[in-house]
Amino acid sequence: MVIAVLSGLLVSLLLLLLDFNKRWPAFLVSLYPATLTIYFLSYLPGILYGETLNVSQPWIPSLQTNLDFRLDGLSMLFTLLITGIGTLICLYAAAYMRADPKLRSFYAYLCVFITAMLGLVLSDNLILLFIFWELTSISSFFLIGFKYEDPASRKSALIALAVTGGGGFMLLSGFLLIGSMGQHYSIQHLLSYPPILTNDSLYPLILVFIFAGAFSKSAQFPLHFWLPGAMKAPSPVSAYLHSATMVKAGVYLLARLSPLLGNQPYWNYTLMTVGGFTMLYAAFHALFRTDLKAILAYSTLSALGMMFFLLGIGTELALLSLVTFIVVHALYKAAMFLITGVIDHETKTRDITKLGGLRKVLLPLAIAGVLAALSSAGIPFTFGFIGKELIYETSLAALPFAFLLTAAVLVANILLGYAGFISGIRPFFGELSAEHREVKTPSFWMWAPPLLLAFAGILFGAFPVLSQDLLHQAANSIGASTPLPPLKLWHGFSPVLLLSVFTILAATAMYLFLKPSTSRLQWVSRFENYSPKAIISGVAAKGKQAAASYTHTLQNGYLRIYVMIIMLFLIALICCRIFDHLHFDIDIAALTPIGIYEVVVTALIIVAIGMILFTHSRLASIIAMSIVGYGLCLIFVFYGAPDLAMTQFTIDTLTVVLFMIVLLRLPAFLNLSNLRIKIRDGLISAAFGLLISVIALMVLQEPTNKEISRFYADNAYPLAKGKNVVNVILVDFRGSDTMVEITVLTIAAIGVYSMLKLKMNPSEKE
Amino acid sequence: MNSIILRTASAYLLPLLLLFSIFILLRGHYEPGGGFVGGLTAAIAFVLHLIANGLQKTRSLLRYHPGVFIPTGLLLSFASGVAPMFVGRPFMTGLWLSEPIPVLGTIGSSLFFDVGVYLVVLGVTLTILFTIVENT
Amino acid sequence: MELLLVILIGVLYASGLYMMLRRSMVKLLIGLILIGNGANLLIFLLGDLSKGKPPVIDVALTAFQNAYADPVPQSLILTAIVISFGLQSFAVVLLKRVYMITDTDDLDQLNSDDQDI
Repeated sequence: MVIAVLSGLLVSLLLLLLDFNKRWPAFLVSLYPATLTIYFLSYLPGILYGETLNVSQPWIPSLQTNLDFRLDGLSMLFTLLITGIGTLICLYAAAYMRADPKLRSFYAYLCVFITAMLGLVLSDNLILLFIFWELTSISSFFLIGFKYEDPASRKSALIALAVTGGGGFMLLSGFLLIGSMGQHYSIQHLLSYPPILTNDSLYPLILVFIFAGAFSKSAQFPLHFWLPGAMKAPSPVSAYLHSATMVKAGVYLLARLSPLLGNQPYWNYTLMTVGGFTMLYAAFHALFRTDLKAILAYSTLSALGMMFFLLGIGTELALLSLVTFIVVHALYKAAMFLITGVIDHETKTRDITKLGGLRKVLLPLAIAGVLAALSSAGIPFTFGFIGKELIYETSLAALPFAFLLTAAVLVANILLGYAGFISGIRPFFGELSAEHREVKTPSFWMWAPPLLLAFAGILFGAFPVLSQDLLHQAANSIGASTPLPPLKLWHGFSPVLLLSVFTILAATAMYLFLKPSTSRLQWVSRFENYSPKAIISGVAAKGKQAAASYTHTLQNGYLRIYVMIIMLFLIALICCRIFDHLHFDIDIAALTPIGIYEVVVTALIIVAIGMILFTHSRLASIIAMSIVGYGLCLIFVFYGAPDLAMTQFTIDTLTVVLFMIVLLRLPAFLNLSNLRIKIRDGLISAAFGLLISVIALMVLQEPTNKEISRFYADNAYPLAKGKNVVNVILVDFRGSDTMVEITVLTIAAIGVYSMLKLKMNPSEKE
Repeated sequence: MNSIILRTASAYLLPLLLLFSIFILLRGHYEPGGGFVGGLTAAIAFVLHLIANGLQKTRSLLRYHPGVFIPTGLLLSFASGVAPMFVGRPFMTGLWLSEPIPVLGTIGSSLFFDVGVYLVVLGVTLTILFTIVENT
Repeated sequence: MELLLVILIGVLYASGLYMMLRRSMVKLLIGLILIGNGANLLIFLLGDLSKGKPPVIDVALTAFQNAYADPVPQSLILTAIVISFGLQSFAVVLLKRVYMITDTDDLDQLNSDDQDI
C-alpha cells in the first residue's frame, strides 16, 4: 500500500520520458489512477465485511513519525472517489487540454496531487497526514496557477496557497498539541482513549487550530474566498480539486477526528454555526452569479458548509447522511464542472445569460447536465434524493433545535437545487444563440466522463443497495456503531417526503421565474468592500507595508546602523536579565594586590585609547594602537603568561609595520560625523563597555572550573613529555586545532596575495 | 628607508634574530616559546632587513618565494600528525624517541609539528607583508 | 588588580564599539582590533590571575609543585592573537583594495553601488 500511495511521485517523474506532442501518452497516464482504482477495489470486499487494512513502515521513529497507513470504510470511500474520478479527469483532460504545450507538467502536478490526496486519506499518523495535507496545498497551487501567463491566475493561486498554507500551519500546531497531550501521533492509538484530549484544559485551543486548518482547506466562511478565485484553474482541475476531492479534505479530517475530539459542545456548536452560515451565505451568493463556474463554486461552498453542518449535528444518522452527501455531491458536482468545461471550451463563454439551447449541438452533455441537475435537486430515483432524505431526517431528529436546523437546510437545499438547475439545465434549453450554431459535439473523451458521472448518480439512486454497505462502513469508521438504517428509495409518507417535495417544487419555481441577470451581480458587488476577502487582503496589504517600513528602518544598508541596532538590542536584553540578579559581593582580599607597575601600565593603555579616539592623525592612532598592544603585553608578563607576551609583542610589531605600509597612503581621517551623532555613539559605546565590565565582574564572583586545566597540567609531562603546558596544549593535546589554525592563516595569506595580485578590470575602476 | 645605521645593524641582526627564533622554537616544549612565537620572530628578522634594504634585497636573500614555506610547513605538521597512524596509533598521538639527543633533548613528533607551525607562520607573515610592500 | 582589568576591558570594548560606529573604514578596522584586544584580556581575566607564575613546570620536576597560571585561556588567547593578525592583514588589504576602486574611505559612499543592483 505504501508503494501504491507514493507511486504518483515516481509516475510524475517518468512523464519526462514521454513525448506529449502525441496523443497516446496522455491516455497512458490515465492508466495510473485506473490501476490504483482497481488495486483499491480489490480490498473492497474485505472492507465491506468491516475489516481494516493497516500498514506500518518505520520512517522517523524518534519523532514518532512513521509511514502508518490504514484503509477503513471512510478511507475506502475517499480513495475510490479520488482514483475513480481521477481516472475520468485524466481522460477528460487528455482531450480538453490537447495541444497545450504544458500538458506534461499538468499531468505531473496531477499525479503528485493524486499521491498527496491518497496519502492524506490513508494516513494514520498525524504528522504524515500533515505532510500530505501540505502536499495537496502545494500541488493545487501549481494547478490553480497553471495558466501562469495570466496575472489573475497567478494571484488566485497565491491567495489559495496563502489561505490553505496558513491553515496548514494552524493544523500542524493543533497536531503537535494533540501529540503532546496524547503522547502519540497515531490516530488509532489516540482513539483507544479519547477523553485524554477532550478533558484536557487545552482542548479548546486544539479545536481552534484544527478548525482553522480544516476551514481554510474546505473554504468555510470567512476563509471561503480562495475557492471562487481558484476557478481560474483549468476546468478539469476545478472539477477534481475544487469540488470532488481536495476541498473535502477538511471534511475528511474533521470526520476522521470526530471520534477523538467530537461530541463536545464546543465542537458541535462551532461546526453547526460555521457550516450552517457558510451553507446559507454561499447559497445566496450563488444566486447572484452569472459565470457558470462561479455558480458552481458558490454552490460547492454551500455544499461543504452543509457537510460541516452535518458533522456538527454529529448523530449517527448525521454521519451516515454526511458520507452519503459527500458521494452525491462529488458525483454531480464533478459532472457539472466537466460539462461547464466543455461549454467553455466550445463556446468560449461561461456567461449563463449568453448561453441557451445548446442541447441541439451538445446532446450527450445535455443529458449529463440534466441528470446531474436532477441529482443535485434531489428528484426521486437520483442519488441526490437519497442524500436529501437522509439530511432532512437528520435535521428533524436533531432536538432541541430541529425546527431551526431543518429550516436552514431547507433554504440551502432549495437554493442548491436552483443553482443545479441553472448550471445543469439552463445552458441546454431555450433559444440557441446564432453564434453557437456552429458548435460541434466534442470528442468522445470530453462528453463521456461527465455522462458517466451523472449516470452513476442515477444508478446509485435507483439501486441504493449498491452503495449502502460501503456508506455504512464509512459511517462506522467515524464513530457510528449501532446498526444504521438501510438506504431506501421510498420512506413512506412522512414529513421528510413533504420537505423533499417542497424543495423540488420551490427550486423549480425559482428556476422558472428567476432568470440570472448581470444587474443582480452588480448589486451584490457593492458589498464587496465589506467581504472577508477584501478585509483580509487589506490586512495583508497593511502587513506588507509594515514589513517594508520595518525592513527599511532596520536593513538600511548602513553597516554601522546594523552594528548599533544589534548592540542596543543586546544591551537592552542583557540588562533586563542582569538587573534581576545584580549583586556584587567581591572579596577584595582574595584579589591579587595592585602594584604601581600595573597602575602605570593600565593608565598608559587608557591614555593611548583616548588618543586613538580623539586624534585626527593616522600616525598618532597607529602609534597609540601599538602602545595599547605593548601595554597588554606587559600585563601578560606580570601575570604569568610569557608565551602570550612574546606573541603579543611580535604580532604588535608586525601590525605596526603593516599599518605603516598601507594606511599611511590612505587619505587623512575625515571628520564625517557631527557632534550629536558622536555623543549618541559615545553613549551607546559607554553603555556597552559598562555592560561588559559588569559581566566580567559577575563572572569573577563565580568559582571557575579548573578541571580541564588541571588535567592538562597534570598530564603535560607524563603524556606529552613537555613542561611548557601552553605549548603542549597547542602542539599536542589540541594539535588538531592548531593544524586547522595554521590552515586558516594560510587561507588569509592566499586571500591577501590574490586580492593584491588580481588585476583590476577596467570597468571596476570608476 | 635609507639609514646606514639600520642597514648595518640589520646585517648583523638578521642572523642573530634567526638563530634566536630557532632557539625559541626548540625550547618551546620546556620553556616559554614555540612555533608561533618563533615563526613571528623570524618574520620580524626579515621585515627588519626589508625595511633597511628594500624588498629586492630581502627577496634575493631569502632565495625562495615566502609562499613556499606555507605548504612545506602544512605538510610537515600534517605528516607529524599522520605519522603515528602508521604504527597503529590514533591521529596526532605523540611519538617519542626513547633516548634524548644532545642539545635538542628528547625528539618527538610534536617537535616536527611545531617546526611546521613555525614555517607556516613565517611563510604567511612574509607573504602578506611582501605582497603588500610590493603593491604600494 | 582584577578590578583594574575589569575597567580596562570595559574601556577597550567601549572604545572599540565607538570606533566601529564611525564612517571611516580605517576606524572600523581599529575598532575591530581594540575589541579583539578587549576579548583577549577578558578571557585572560576569567582564567584567574596569578602573579608571576607561568604554567611551566620546573626543570628539575615532572609536575607542578605550587600554584600556576591557567594554561587553557593562555593557549586560547595565543591562537586568537595569531589569527587576529591574519584577519587584520586581510582587512587592511581589503580596505586598500576598496579604496583603490572607490577612492573613498567613507563607508556610506559604498552603499550607492549596492542600491543600484
